[in-house]
Amino acid sequence: MADEVKLTAKSFEPLDRSKNLDSEKISAPNLTFMQDAWRRLKKNKSAVIAMVILILFFIMAILSFFPSVLPHQPNAINTQYANLPPKWPGVDINGVNGTLVQGGSRINAYAQAGAASNVHFWLGTDYLGRDLLSRILTGTRISLTVAVVATLVDLLFGVTYGMFSGWKGGRVDNFMQRLIEIIMSIPTLVIVVLLMLILKPGMWSIILTIAFSSWTTMARLTRAQTLELKEQEYILAARTLGESPIKIAFKHLLPNLSSIIIIQTMFTIPSAIFFEAFLSFVGIGIPNPTASLGTLLNDGQKNFQFLPYQMWYPAIVLSIIMIAFNVFADGLRDAFDPQTKE
Amino acid sequence: MAKYLGKRIFYLLLTLFIVITITFFLMKLLPGTPLTNEQKLSPEQRELILKQYGLTKPVWQQYLIYVAGIFHGNFGTSFQFSDQAVSYLISSRIGPSLLLGLQAMIVGVIPGILFGALGAIKKNTWVDTGTTIVSILGISIPSFVLAVLLQYYVGLKLGWFPIADWGGFAYTVLPTLALAASPFADTARFIRTEMVDVLNSDYIELATAKGLSRMQVIFHHALRNSLIPVVTIIGPLAVNIMTGSMVIENIFSVPGIGEQFVKSILTNDYPTIMAVTIVYSVMLMVVLLITDIIYGVIDPRIRLTGKSN
Repeated sequence: MADEVKLTAKSFEPLDRSKNLDSEKISAPNLTFMQDAWRRLKKNKSAVIAMVILILFFIMAILSFFPSVLPHQPNAINTQYANLPPKWPGVDINGVNGTLVQGGSRINAYAQAGAASNVHFWLGTDYLGRDLLSRILTGTRISLTVAVVATLVDLLFGVTYGMFSGWKGGRVDNFMQRLIEIIMSIPTLVIVVLLMLILKPGMWSIILTIAFSSWTTMARLTRAQTLELKEQEYILAARTLGESPIKIAFKHLLPNLSSIIIIQTMFTIPSAIFFEAFLSFVGIGIPNPTASLGTLLNDGQKNFQFLPYQMWYPAIVLSIIMIAFNVFADGLRDAFDPQTKE
Repeated sequence: MAKYLGKRIFYLLLTLFIVITITFFLMKLLPGTPLTNEQKLSPEQRELILKQYGLTKPVWQQYLIYVAGIFHGNFGTSFQFSDQAVSYLISSRIGPSLLLGLQAMIVGVIPGILFGALGAIKKNTWVDTGTTIVSILGISIPSFVLAVLLQYYVGLKLGWFPIADWGGFAYTVLPTLALAASPFADTARFIRTEMVDVLNSDYIELATAKGLSRMQVIFHHALRNSLIPVVTIIGPLAVNIMTGSMVIENIFSVPGIGEQFVKSILTNDYPTIMAVTIVYSVMLMVVLLITDIIYGVIDPRIRLTGKSN
C-alpha cells in the first residue's frame, strides 16, 4: 500500500454542540392549542376583516362612555332642530349637505330650522332633534352590552348545567335532559315575551331574558362533549388519584371544552343582538329615551318614507355588526376544528 | 314505532301542561286587572265586572276553570275587546298567519336548497363566494329591517305590490318575502355544508366512476342524500318564521296572530297573551314531532328511540 492515512487526535475536531444537534429532525415550533387556532384564523381573510371591524365597534362603544367624545348629548331634546338631515362641514354633496327634497324641490332644512352655519349633525337628527350619530354610538354600546352580558350569563349557566349533567350521568342526567327538552319545545319568543312582561322593562331584564332563553343549546353541547371526555384516560387518571370533581372540571374538562364554548358563544352573541333589537323594535325592550339599535330602528321606521336616513343608519350599523359576528364565528369554527374543514 | 310515538305524545302533552300552568301563574303574578285605569267605577260596578271575568274566585279555582276551558276550546274573554271570546279572536286570525308561514317556508326552503347546492357544486369559485355572501347577508340582516325596505322600495316606490293590509295573493307577496329571507339563508348554508360532505364520499366517486353524467350524479346521488338532514332544520326554521311573523305582520298590518300578540302585549290583554302563547307552543311542538317522525321514515338509519341527535 502506498501512504497510510494517519489519524491523530488532532484530526478530530469537536463540533459546536449548540448547533445542529440533530440534523435529521424537522419540526415546526411547538404551538399550544390557542396559538394553532390563531395561526389558522389569520389565514382566513374575511374572518380577520370581521374581527377588525368588531374591534373597531367595541372601541367606539367603549369611547361612547365618555360624553365629551360624542358630538352631542344623545338624549338631549332640541325640538328646534327636529328631523334635520345629515350635514357634514364643508362638503356640498346632496345627502350630506343638510338639504332634503320636500314637495318636489330641494330645500335647505338647516336654514329653515334657523340653525347657525356652524351647526352640524353628521347623521342628522330624529323627530325630537336628538343627534343621530350620538344616539347610534350609545345605542351600539347598549346593544353590545346587552348581547355580551347575556351571552356570558348564558355561558356560565349553560356550561355549568351541561358539565354537571354530563358528569353525573345516569338518572340525574336523564332528568336534566328531559327538563331541557321541555324548555326547548317552548318557542324562545314566548319565553322572552313572558319574562319581559313580568320583569320591569329595562336593560337587565332583557339581559336576563335573553340569557334564560338561550342557555339550553350551550348546555346540550357541553353535556355531549363532557360525556365523551369523561371516558378519556387522563380523566380516569385524575379520578384515580383522588382529584376532586371541581378541580377536574376546571383543570381537565374546561380546557378541552373551550373550543366548543368559544364557537357557540360567537354564534349566541349575534342572536342576542337580534333579540334585543327585535324586542325594542316591537316596543317591549329598552324603554325610552335610552337609545339602542332596536329603539333607533323603531323610531326611524315611523319616518322612513320622508326621512329614510333615520332608519338607514341604524340599520346599516346593526347589519354590519351582525355580519361581522357571523363571519368571525364561521372563521373561528374553521380555525378551532380543522377536521370539519373542507 | 307505536311505543315511540306514544312516548313522544305523552311528553308533548306534559310540556303543554307545563306551559299552560306557567303562563297562567305568571299572568296572575302580573300587577293590574283590566280595570286598573278605570277610576270612575263604583265598588259595586268593579265587583260586577270582576265577577263577569271570573276574577273574584280564588286563584286555584280560576286555574282549574281555565284548564278545563282549554279542553273545550275556551280561552276566556279578551280584556281588550270586551265580549270577544279569545278563541274566536285567534281562530279568525290564524288563517293568514298559517298561510304566510307556509308560503315563507316554501319560498325560503326550495330556492335555499338549490342555492346551497349550487354553491357546493361550484365550490371555491366565484359562484360559491357569491352564494356564501348572499346567505351571510340573509342570516345577518334582521327580517324587520328587510320588511321595511321591501315595503318602501318595492311596495311604494315601484308600486308592484300593496304596501299593507290583507286581501288577495298580491297582499301576501311582500310579507312572505320578508319572512322567507332567513329560512332561505339558513337552508342554503346548511345544504352547502351537507353537499360538500356528500360530494366527497365514496359512493359519489363510484357513481362517477361507473360513467354517470355529472348531472345524474348531482341530482340522483348527491342532492338526494343531502336533502335528508334538511328535515332536521325545519323545526328551527319554523321558530324563525314564528318570531319573524310577530313583527312582520305588524309592519304589513296583516290580521294574523303575530300582530294580535304584539297588540295584546302592549295593551296587557292577559287572556289573549296566554292563548297565543299556548297556540305558538302547540304549533312548535307539533312541527317538531312531525319532523322527527318524517326523519325516521325517510332515513332508516335513524332509529326512533327518542335519544336521536
